[in-house]
Amino acid sequence: MSDHEYVPKSKVGKWFNDRLPLLTLGAHLTDYPTPKNLNYWWTFGGILTFCLITQIVTGIVLAMHYVAHADLAFASVEHIMRDVNYGWLIRYIHSNGASMFFLAVYIHIFRSLFYGSYKSPREVIWIIGLMIYLLMMAAAFMGYVLPWGQMSFWGATVITNLFSAIPLVGDSITTWLWGAYSVDNPTLNRFFSLHYLIPFLILGLVVLHIWALHVPGNNNPVGIDIKKPSKDTVPFHPYITIKDAFALLVFMIIFAGFVFFTPNVLGHSDNYIPANPLVTPAHIVPEWYLLPFYAILRSVPDKLGGVILMFGAIFILFVLPWLDTSKVRSAVFRPIYRQFYWIFVLDVLMLGYVGAMPAEGIYLVLARVGTIYYFAHFIIVMPVVGLLEKTDPIPMSISEPVLTGGAEPSLARKVNDKV
Amino acid sequence: MIKFNIKLFILSFLLLILLRPLQSAEMIDPIKVNWSFKGLTGTFDRASLQRGFQVYKEVCASCHSMQYLSYRNLGEPGGPEFSEQEVKAIAASFEIEDGPDSQGEMFTRPGKPSDKFKSPYPNIQAATAANGGAYPPDMSVLVKARKGGANYIYSVLVGYEDPPPGVTLDEGVYYNKYMAGNKIKMPNNLMDGLVEYADGTESSVDQMAKDVTTFLAWAAEPELEERHRTGVKVIIYLILLTTLVYLSMKKIWSRVDTEV
Amino acid sequence: MSKEEKKVNRRDFLFTASYTIGAVGVGAVIWPMIDQMNPDKAQQALATTEVDISSIEPGKSITVLWRGKPIFIKKRTSEEIAEARAVKLDDLPDPQKDEDRVKSGKDEWLVMLGVCTHLGCVPLKDKGDFNGWFCPCHGSHYDVSGRIRKGPAPTNMEIPKFEFVDSNTIKIG
Repeated sequence: MSDHEYVPKSKVGKWFNDRLPLLTLGAHLTDYPTPKNLNYWWTFGGILTFCLITQIVTGIVLAMHYVAHADLAFASVEHIMRDVNYGWLIRYIHSNGASMFFLAVYIHIFRSLFYGSYKSPREVIWIIGLMIYLLMMAAAFMGYVLPWGQMSFWGATVITNLFSAIPLVGDSITTWLWGAYSVDNPTLNRFFSLHYLIPFLILGLVVLHIWALHVPGNNNPVGIDIKKPSKDTVPFHPYITIKDAFALLVFMIIFAGFVFFTPNVLGHSDNYIPANPLVTPAHIVPEWYLLPFYAILRSVPDKLGGVILMFGAIFILFVLPWLDTSKVRSAVFRPIYRQFYWIFVLDVLMLGYVGAMPAEGIYLVLARVGTIYYFAHFIIVMPVVGLLEKTDPIPMSISEPVLTGGAEPSLARKVNDKV
Repeated sequence: MIKFNIKLFILSFLLLILLRPLQSAEMIDPIKVNWSFKGLTGTFDRASLQRGFQVYKEVCASCHSMQYLSYRNLGEPGGPEFSEQEVKAIAASFEIEDGPDSQGEMFTRPGKPSDKFKSPYPNIQAATAANGGAYPPDMSVLVKARKGGANYIYSVLVGYEDPPPGVTLDEGVYYNKYMAGNKIKMPNNLMDGLVEYADGTESSVDQMAKDVTTFLAWAAEPELEERHRTGVKVIIYLILLTTLVYLSMKKIWSRVDTEV
Repeated sequence: MSKEEKKVNRRDFLFTASYTIGAVGVGAVIWPMIDQMNPDKAQQALATTEVDISSIEPGKSITVLWRGKPIFIKKRTSEEIAEARAVKLDDLPDPQKDEDRVKSGKDEWLVMLGVCTHLGCVPLKDKGDFNGWFCPCHGSHYDVSGRIRKGPAPTNMEIPKFEFVDSNTIKIG
């Protein structure tokens, strides 16, 4: 990479850079050659960085006022909302920020699925990304427990009880997680501690995620490697930074809409009722971003089976790079896979929908069909379609969308549109 | 074309999911009231808030606590905005337990604006026991804690009816059209002319229900007016900056042969 | 030539405007994050405390808490008042008359913030070289009017805002 040749102009800069090459790193980040055909789906990496920093900053601020005690937690949240200067603003940014974070991460993941960004040589980026996603879910779940409302309490009860499905040691593990004989003050305290820790683990993994990205460089909408850097790429700054900034601002408008005008629409009204260990709310549902997995859990009539399938639904993503047998990365050139991709998107949305509905009647049937299809997509569709599909002709390079196979003008235009 | 339709389908699906929390599954939909605090620039009706506080104080407060509010809140901007003197007088009309004094004894004194609203019962157990086994919920965040929010609270207040034939009610249980399960342990406490409004407004059941609901909506979201005001400014600012950044981006990318 | 220049100017303007407006926004976001650490509304509201002083004997003092800080309330004897008033202002590092530190007509009552003006420790009563208070942390000596006489503290102990509600009660704050 060209950054090895970077030499600071000033003497002081050179002196410092010889001891700690921060300036070299900075130069690498600004000059980083980025495919010039990236579309707006590629701006979500920057948006996610913004989300993480926002959550960390607002979270540190909230922790200055929050009290992690079963008797005081609910009241301390009300104290933040009523008395702390701008407390309402900071808390609503944090609570809606979690939802915005997941919205962005789902778009980021589905972008990767469409354009084959998980495929060789980017498997490690993908796996680190999934680890971040897992930690995000853990952080979001524990954060939702902290206000100590009814949904906090019963969500914590249900999710920690998942571990009791483990044979032999399940009950011991659950009691160990609680630090009591039910979800109680010790549980709240440790959740607060871990909720504060996890974002910094995520931050560390994000550094690795970006590092791993900068080794092979970005994938791009046509999914082919960079042939001529001078023609196919642009320097990261200012081209990508300004584009990311624009997309981020549009994202922030939506974010602000939630924070200022419907701050509670993504939450559940029951969480404004203080936790009561004697009464379970009539409909208990997780936050929207966990609903597809919740639907998978409930679709299995066996306790252990449901838990295994739910975790399996996430862990199968870890082996995805090896389940996909296609030689072509981007779904733009995979006419059959492209159809299955959209069916899969629909399937996940449907699972999310039935996850919010009572587990009975038609919803249970839909949840089961959806679950079977979810796994079939990865275990059957991806390997088989990859082997059998006749892919469309692929352009020579990013800057020359000339097709390797027979010229097909309509497709060439299509590629340009995508770009 | 097919793909386009699938995308459209997915979009409508997303919309359905987003709108889902607004629908109620079991009970009939609450009455939709055109509250002044609705919408992007909604604000509270001060007079209604002041009347609502009176209804709360004279009717609700004998059973329901509002433990997260302080008397000083009544004078803060965006709320009922009683004058400083009025707030002091309201606070002083309550006997608040304080202490311990230098002898270690608890004592009572007239309330101060910094005191929290006085609760009618010392704890949840006492409140439950005194109300036939049903805890009258704390009303500080009640509007946020009920699906349907202000519309729902208002509907329950005006939703008392004689039970339809075939429905038998236990002692101390009442029929309410809008309550989940239609059974409620709170009797219908509002009747025309119950409260004598200081501003001379006629105190019909509907008027009192609206006023007290407005008051509860403010109690749950005292930041609402500031939130709306700030929100409008933030969105205008963001749109302006987005436009500038968009034009800058177009300029920068004009050096490259690719469209953005 | 002029066309080229115009182009450059417009570009510069766009970038400058974007940066400027963006910086304003960042500033507006940082302020709430700073202001949240200031005393909240509940703290601000707890600004007054009423104290019953009927049981304090002449020459004795009590200490009460106000805004998380100790308030010394001392009922001085006439000898102590005379001693405080006999001090020449030239001998004081922070010249202030004793009369200015009490409410006239209630000269026996000294009400002051019991915090050493050096670095915030609580001075000990009836100690030190001047028959007043002595701060054990860094050796500041205060006289019977709470004025600094010797040691590193720069100013006299502070008199809070207070008033007599009646002859037995004072309201601080």
